[in-house]
Amino acid sequence: MPTALHGAIDCDVHIPPPPTAALLPYLDAYWREQFTIRGLVGADFALTTSASRTPLACRPDWRPGKGESGLALLQRHVLDHFGTGIAIGHCLHGAVALHTEDMAAALCRAVNDWVAAEWLSRDDRLRASILVPTQNVALAVAEIERCAADRRFVQVLVLAMLDHPLGRRQWWPLHEAAARHGLPLGIHAGGLNRHATTPTGWPSTHLEDHVVGAQAFDAQLASLLTEGVFTKFPDLRVVLLESGFTWLPTFLWRMNKIWRGLRAEVPWVTRLPADILRQHVRITLQPVDAPPRPEMLAATLAQIDCDDMLLFSTDYPHWQFDADAALPEGLPEALLPKLLRGNALATFPRLAETAP
Amino acid sequence: MTRGIVDCDIHPNMASDAELLPFMPRRWADHLRDYGPLNHQGLAFALQHPRFNPGVARADSWPPNGGPPGSDLDFMRAHHLDAHNIDHGILMSLRPAGCDERNLDYGAAICAAANDWQHARFVQPEPRLHGGIMIPQEDPDAAVAEIERCVAKGGFVQVNFTPRASEPPGRRRYRRILECAAHHGLPVGFHVSGVPGHPSTGAGHLTYYLQEHHSNMPGMQAVVASLVLDGVFAALPALKVVLIEGGFTWAPALCWRMDQAWRRMRGEVPALTRPPSDYVREHIWYTTQPIEEPDRAEDLAEISGWVGWDRIMFSTDYPHWDFDDPRYAFRCPLTAAQRELVFSANARALYRLP
Repeated sequence: MPTALHGAIDCDVHIPPPPTAALLPYLDAYWREQFTIRGLVGADFALTTSASRTPLACRPDWRPGKGESGLALLQRHVLDHFGTGIAIGHCLHGAVALHTEDMAAALCRAVNDWVAAEWLSRDDRLRASILVPTQNVALAVAEIERCAADRRFVQVLVLAMLDHPLGRRQWWPLHEAAARHGLPLGIHAGGLNRHATTPTGWPSTHLEDHVVGAQAFDAQLASLLTEGVFTKFPDLRVVLLESGFTWLPTFLWRMNKIWRGLRAEVPWVTRLPADILRQHVRITLQPVDAPPRPEMLAATLAQIDCDDMLLFSTDYPHWQFDADAALPEGLPEALLPKLLRGNALATFPRLAETAP
Repeated sequence: MTRGIVDCDIHPNMASDAELLPFMPRRWADHLRDYGPLNHQGLAFALQHPRFNPGVARADSWPPNGGPPGSDLDFMRAHHLDAHNIDHGILMSLRPAGCDERNLDYGAAICAAANDWQHARFVQPEPRLHGGIMIPQEDPDAAVAEIERCVAKGGFVQVNFTPRASEPPGRRRYRRILECAAHHGLPVGFHVSGVPGHPSTGAGHLTYYLQEHHSNMPGMQAVVASLVLDGVFAALPALKVVLIEGGFTWAPALCWRMDQAWRRMRGEVPALTRPPSDYVREHIWYTTQPIEEPDRAEDLAEISGWVGWDRIMFSTDYPHWDFDDPRYAFRCPLTAAQRELVFSANARALYRLP
């Protein structure tokens, strides 16, 4: 076991979406019947943007053997192996991509209840994010209200590419509910493919799709900032999940510069954008998208200039690192206490209630 | 610096589309008058993110003859070329944008007329100015024909390809256009432009001009990812690409991300025989405006070194409001050698200018 990571808070592990049959006990009678008579029990609701077949989606030595279940694998490969203190799990179920919002809401409820019963109740090191039906903000808020009483849910989970950017005012009830319950808004890589994933259309390969997926985070931060979400909800924290972070220096510099030129368009943004973002935005460590030399990573962190921003993550089971090299070379030693635990405890207020 | 500056982004302008009429065959002149543009956005004649300055221009760039900024060559000479010691300026015509036209034949006619217009009004009378070939990229046959026509005509040093086309530029439908440019030794310049109907970001349509302006930078990253990962540079080793008005300090981080993902998923793109960053380093040039302004000026010099001083070329974006002044653009000190490369030598070599 690598001792450096003992007790760390892993802010991004994946809870594989269950087969639909496993969700039946968590659906109400109407939806249970609907799924049965419509032949949907065997349907696979995997998202295109997180399809499980690519080499990146699962580290070779983490691929499940015959008959191995998700929780046992997570325990063996991560929780027991690294001596993880707390891990925050994300179940990226395709319910969020459906066009029918009532079915989506029913599936999100089932997924969250399944996560609580089958994962959180079976390992007290685990916490989870609330999957919300982003098709309809009222339904998403209702799901937050329903799950928030369970303090093991520590975050609201949405995808980075939805119909509309998350700063738009139609989303504000979601931000209000999240902030009120002490739940950061977790924005996870991937999307709905409702429209092209780049401003010039659709990429050709999984590889290209993955690469340009990071730019959606750029757009979401710009949206949340310019629309004034952080002004309106000063307690809201936003966590970028699997965005990478080495792109951040240019983003911060350009946001500052263009705000200086055009701030009259967004008069509610009254401070330097980089200062607002350093206060409100947190980013999980993996994927590091690291430079070729460790000193360049250190230089990049110095450019970001915010020790509060990074949250340790393994992104299990995605193939971001080999063996035990979850911490990239070039991280300053002094950053480790905050990176491994302190920043997570400050970002997710619910973690401190039970932190070992 | 002994020699003058090369400005890689100057915008010529016209008082109205009617200036194109003398350069159009009767059939398309009638079309312009009787039908006009058919585009991919809700507004026919205005941008959907209203700009912040009249004419999107510097307040002092309006010529005394009453035309719009960039439309009066004499004023441009005095106000910009002479005043800033510009030896060479690369023209970037933006409107009317034949590349956005849904009627492909009309789009081709607009591009041809706009090319002849910039040649007659700017390139021919002013030897310091060099043209960029506007192309109707959604009709590759017509685009190739237009490149051939302009090469024969002379005075053009670049092919202008919109970074926001119907599909990413690496898609196979556009390959012939890029091949033609490479064949003629013309760099392909991607200057911020294009209204293809896609939202400006993968996260959806944006609200403010501030966001729209910013989105040019991630938009350029999508161009790079497409050209590299779809195998364009592997297939066309002579192709040279210039990214204009999209910044440049983002390039190293994009390369790191591409390399990391490629190490995992190279099996999907066997045409790439080297890491993506190799193709970027070899094939891509960047213009500087609107230049990044880090809190610590030395960060700009550090990242410029990572990008490559031989790939960064100065530009002003004259007469637009976010113009960069050659005296103040770089907040960090440059060595004499770096200054010579960025303000002069890189562009002279790339565009084969004296």
